[in-house]
Amino acid sequence: MEAIYLDHAATTPMHPDVIDVMHQVAKEVFGNPSSVHSFGRKARRLLDEARETLAQSIGADEKEIIFTSGGTEADNLALIGTALANRNRGNHIITTQQEHHAALHTAEYLESAGFSVTYLPVYEDGKIKAEDVKEALTDETILVSVMYVNNETGIIQPVEEIGALLKNHSAYFHTDAVQAYGLLDIDVKQLGIDLLSVSAHKINGPKGIGFLYAREGIALQQLQFGGEQERKRRAGTENVVSAVGFQKAVQLAIKEREHRNALYQSYKQIFLEVLKEQGIEFAINGDIESQIATIINIRFPGTNVEQLLTNLDLDGIAASSGSACTAGSVEPSHVLVAMYGKNSPCITDSIRFSFGSFNTEENVREAAKRVAKIIQRLTKKG
Amino acid sequence: MTDKKNIRVVVGMSGGVDSSVAALLLKEQGYDVVGIFMKNWDDTDEFGVCTATEDFNDVIRVCNQLDIPYYSVNFEKEYWDKVFTYFLDEYKAGRTPNPDVMCNKEIKFKAFLDHALSLGADYLATGHYARVKEIDGRIHLLRGADDNKDQTYFLNQLSEDVLKKVMFPLGDLPKSKVREIAKEAGLATATKKDSTGICFIGERNFKEFLSEYLPAQPGEMQTLQGEVKGKHDGLMYYTIGQRQGLGIGGPGEPWFVVGKNLKENILYVEQGYDNEKLYSDGLIATDVNWIQPDGVETSFSCTAKFRYRQKDSEVRVTLLDGNKVRVDFEEPQRAITPGQAVVFYDGDICLGGATIDKVYKDEKTLTYVG
Repeated sequence: MEAIYLDHAATTPMHPDVIDVMHQVAKEVFGNPSSVHSFGRKARRLLDEARETLAQSIGADEKEIIFTSGGTEADNLALIGTALANRNRGNHIITTQQEHHAALHTAEYLESAGFSVTYLPVYEDGKIKAEDVKEALTDETILVSVMYVNNETGIIQPVEEIGALLKNHSAYFHTDAVQAYGLLDIDVKQLGIDLLSVSAHKINGPKGIGFLYAREGIALQQLQFGGEQERKRRAGTENVVSAVGFQKAVQLAIKEREHRNALYQSYKQIFLEVLKEQGIEFAINGDIESQIATIINIRFPGTNVEQLLTNLDLDGIAASSGSACTAGSVEPSHVLVAMYGKNSPCITDSIRFSFGSFNTEENVREAAKRVAKIIQRLTKKG
Repeated sequence: MTDKKNIRVVVGMSGGVDSSVAALLLKEQGYDVVGIFMKNWDDTDEFGVCTATEDFNDVIRVCNQLDIPYYSVNFEKEYWDKVFTYFLDEYKAGRTPNPDVMCNKEIKFKAFLDHALSLGADYLATGHYARVKEIDGRIHLLRGADDNKDQTYFLNQLSEDVLKKVMFPLGDLPKSKVREIAKEAGLATATKKDSTGICFIGERNFKEFLSEYLPAQPGEMQTLQGEVKGKHDGLMYYTIGQRQGLGIGGPGEPWFVVGKNLKENILYVEQGYDNEKLYSDGLIATDVNWIQPDGVETSFSCTAKFRYRQKDSEVRVTLLDGNKVRVDFEEPQRAITPGQAVVFYDGDICLGGATIDKVYKDEKTLTYVG
């Protein structure tokens, strides 16, 4: 049976053009960008070009792009780096209950290190409220970190509103844009964003690379010491091959943005239509009007997540839910717990499907049929 | 013959050598094998690492070697409600519970079996040393071929209906052969140490573990005549027939636990391994399970085990009202312990079992035992 991938929010296949360009660079350019000879210069040039593309993609200056190993490192650097560097201004941080663990666990770490952290609630529509941010702000607040698009529900957060209300406050505004980047048009200056995290492998780029945009003038403590790479904000020899692959992925994402949005949205519609045609009882988590094209989070009453995911995989459907514990079992999604409370049945019968470049209209239709069959079998009474 | 590749077998994999070999054998026989790890207990070690992680990693390595899919399922809640609560309640009642019997009954061969069936499995397999055999059209539970490893004692609460959906691929093998197979196949778990003790306690100190959940009430150690011999740390830490950890010195033979008085918090001790106070000639057991409940005679002779790895003894079983049995021993038995299972056999066939509740001698209940 053909395996069908519906887990693009976890990671995406690399675009063939990305593989090609990385292959070429890996073969031809091996220099260290910091070296003072021709080999180094060749690498440096590619790195700078990549940096420029990334900067332009969000309306930033190239000086404001810090290459990282991915979204997690970018979030860590954003939160810990600003917290440590701005301790003299205050010790209060605002974030939300539905952040990716890369931000959430970092905030919890900062809490244990003496910072005070407010975790804003999430409402049943899957959003946080800008006015909650406003209410939580104090003179001590040094950082507000709110994700752009939630990775489990796909719900777009009121980032623009938050950016606007923070314009008159000294707190920095960080957003984890890992799920938004590429699909949404982001201009950091317009949105009032001071720090923004991005990962390459969510947009058909390579794993192991991402970046943190840090607005010029921001006080940021480096977390990794060594050489003077990345303007002393992130030591370590740069990953040139991946940076070039990342650049290519971004160029393609921008070029194909409208097309991809429409295409992935149509996959989502087809998927839901087939489920309806098959008479499947389901409900969508979060406000579908505020959802990114790629992600949908669906509740199937009368099922449970582990049973569902295992059945799906045995029938060749790759989807996911919440986050896996290290022993492999599925822990309740903290996002759905934040939305519905920890005793709601919704936290044990919800699955995330996410669409992308692996998909075709045909395989999405086929996947939906297989899903429907499993749901029918599991919810059959008696 | 049905094509085995169309028969799906879910193997309960613990990350140990037994279940690894069980999966290997089924895979070699051509079944559609799926490995599933059960997470029943939430615990972290001194470094904050989930203790199930290492075991699951071993499951992953073995499944990759066998090229079978693997998954994990969480039964922490079910385990807590059905096994651990029972475990604590029994200790509170001054008895010595058998969580493995309960785990097999409520988790492995109920919740986990249901889970396997919901995945389209035709069978559930485990690495137990026991056999399932069809005799005259009926499904029986038989002792494992390796007498020293036979685990039917822990499986006494299963039913024929459950056994119809169960495979024990190791049933015909001696343990040494299982290790050999694992080594020959180069399985990642081939030389892994067997787990010992109660799964959720692991390598930890039993007393320390129990004290986290139940308040210990120290009291006096006395002979049945009332002579004070010392202090005990809490009745729950002792079991009938126990010698270790009493700390009674002095001349003569060693001292043994012979009973408990829960009401007055007294631990009864007597001297000598073969002290007559440790011996009884019958018991009453509750929660009787017959693997084949139909056609059980009201009184019959068979053999029985009163604890794991003990030799069989000749007994006479009489059914009582309220799902109880009376078991009369052919020979007096030493250290029969309330809370443990009594398991019945007819030759190699395991007939079923029950939970020891009362122990008696000369028609009188030994009240000091429990």
